[in-house]
Amino acid sequence: MTTNGGGSRTVSTPESSGSRSDATMTDNAPLGSPRVDDAVIESRGLDVFYGDDQALHGIDMDIPERKVTALIGPSGCGKSTFLRSINRMNDLIDIARVEGDLRFHGKNVYDDDVDPVALRRKIGMVFQKPNPFPKSIRDNVAYGLRVQGKDDGDVDAKVRTALERAALLDEVEDQLDSSGLDLSGGQQQRLCIARAIAPDPEVILMDEPASALDPVATSKIEDLVEELSEEYTVVIVTHNMQQAARISDKTAVFLTGGHLVEFDDTNKIFENPESDRVEDYITGKFG
Amino acid sequence: MSQADTTITTGGSSIDDRKNGFIKYVFFSCALVTVLTTLGIILVLIQGSIEFFQHVSIVEYLTGTNWSPVIQPYSYGVLPLVWGTLIITVGSALIAIPVGTATAIYLSEYAEPRVRKVIKPTLEILAGIPTIVYGFFALSFITPVIQFVFPQTGTFNAASGAIVVGIMIIPMVSSLSEDAMSSVPDELRNAAYGLGATKFEVSTNVVVPASLSGVVASYILALSRAIGETMAVTLAVGMTPQITANPLDSIQTMTAYMVQIGISDVSVDSIGYQSLFAVGLTLFILTLAMNMISLWVKSRYREEYQ
Ligand SMILES: Nc1ncnc2c1ncn2[C@@H]1O[C@H](COP(=O)(O)OP(=O)(O)O)[C@@H](O)[C@H]1O
Ligand SMILES: [Mg+2]
Repeated sequence: MTTNGGGSRTVSTPESSGSRSDATMTDNAPLGSPRVDDAVIESRGLDVFYGDDQALHGIDMDIPERKVTALIGPSGCGKSTFLRSINRMNDLIDIARVEGDLRFHGKNVYDDDVDPVALRRKIGMVFQKPNPFPKSIRDNVAYGLRVQGKDDGDVDAKVRTALERAALLDEVEDQLDSSGLDLSGGQQQRLCIARAIAPDPEVILMDEPASALDPVATSKIEDLVEELSEEYTVVIVTHNMQQAARISDKTAVFLTGGHLVEFDDTNKIFENPESDRVEDYITGKFG
Repeated sequence: MSQADTTITTGGSSIDDRKNGFIKYVFFSCALVTVLTTLGIILVLIQGSIEFFQHVSIVEYLTGTNWSPVIQPYSYGVLPLVWGTLIITVGSALIAIPVGTATAIYLSEYAEPRVRKVIKPTLEILAGIPTIVYGFFALSFITPVIQFVFPQTGTFNAASGAIVVGIMIIPMVSSLSEDAMSSVPDELRNAAYGLGATKFEVSTNVVVPASLSGVVASYILALSRAIGETMAVTLAVGMTPQITANPLDSIQTMTAYMVQIGISDVSVDSIGYQSLFAVGLTLFILTLAMNMISLWVKSRYREEYQ
């Protein structure tokens, strides 16, 4: 894995990389320890705009490999926007515009020569609302394999493995050909997780994957996230602080206006944050 | 206190009853006119048909392959007219379904909002052009082009009619299909994009299947429009009721036959005149069936998004 940005700075745009360096903190750097040793994703001075409104201001943080990184903060502070800028899902929003660097293995994904389709094959995504296709469970899980040309060999085995890893196989083993829409909300979300991991991406982005679920289904998803981090780099948005504290290794706290205020080990954020505003937010004084 | 009471209690009939009762009947009468007209048409068709079938056996009508109700020797097999209608319908479907579907996919998935704003109204204008103009277009443009390629083609031919009807119903397919495709929730598109699908893959294997009921319903409605289409085919295909596989031959559709008899001077109590009602009823049943199938497809395969 590329862990230093030395080679990558030559491919990023001069304006954005010239004045920045991985070794020194920038004006934008949040409190805490925004640099990690084994970063898969590095955000450097990332600004995102929707039309004339700026939703993210100079986000500067690293996302470590095979760990769970939680993004927390009050709603509207730009967590989803940041997540979508990692796999360029923001490209699909007409008015969205991104400036600055978002590096994946040192390569700025906003460089002209980056193919967003190829990027998304390496960085899977699970959405806030379960969104299975109106197809069979099997076809849902196999969809990524098909579009990525990984459907040679035993697709069925790959489908079962993915369902197994998403802790869903036991429940749906006998109904792989029935519609994914027939499952309960929690099962649908695990189906979506199985669908995301089936093509074996490197990173999995999850946008409040449990917010639409009941407590039992939520705790299943939480267990799953921890397990997934053994093999995948997981970035999870949540507005549930207990959840972030339970499942994540690193926590990034975004606060109103689209600023990353503090980024550090999860323990540190929850036990002894540097920022008073973060402390207030975590202890529930505002938010 | 007591004043408040009197202003909210009904003085025998409520305000709503007094004001809206009358309006309700106005609306009801208007609706009634439509219903009665439809019933009237059906009754007229059935009555005329009953007279016709007193002279002609239903079996002959439905199975005969020779249609000559006004010129001797008389013959009342409706199949040549049905065949003519079938050729026009199938031929126009071969044009309108691919082109209309592709247009719908383009408008729903590819076109930028600015482009869509121009193309959608243009298609609607296309749909509003009087069909006689399309018939004239077939005679003066499509047929000469066909004749250029196949010099033996006559002035009236099935191909020209099928092509012009096909063009005519493209807006119907594209507009209704586009409505169905646009109503597919973005969550499904995002799911596919998030898995590394291309725009083409998202369009063809997510959006189209998810909107299939609406898309298929648009096909069926367009086909029933093609079956009922009159002026354009009357001008383009001629008046030769015959069962032929050659699209360059002249044919006659059920509708074109009805025009021919309607404007001719056959006497009102002749079998030729009565045949108008039998053919009209046949046409009515066909299009009614198509519309019902379309409704059924739509409700039967309504996708459940939550
Ligand atoms: N598609 C969009 N178009 C316009 N503005 C948007 C869009 N998505 C998000 N925003 C705006 O960007 C800001 C951040 O939103 P979001 O990233 O969804 O926050 P969070 O996920 O933290 O709740 C909000 O002010 C929101 O209104
Ligand atoms: Mg959000």
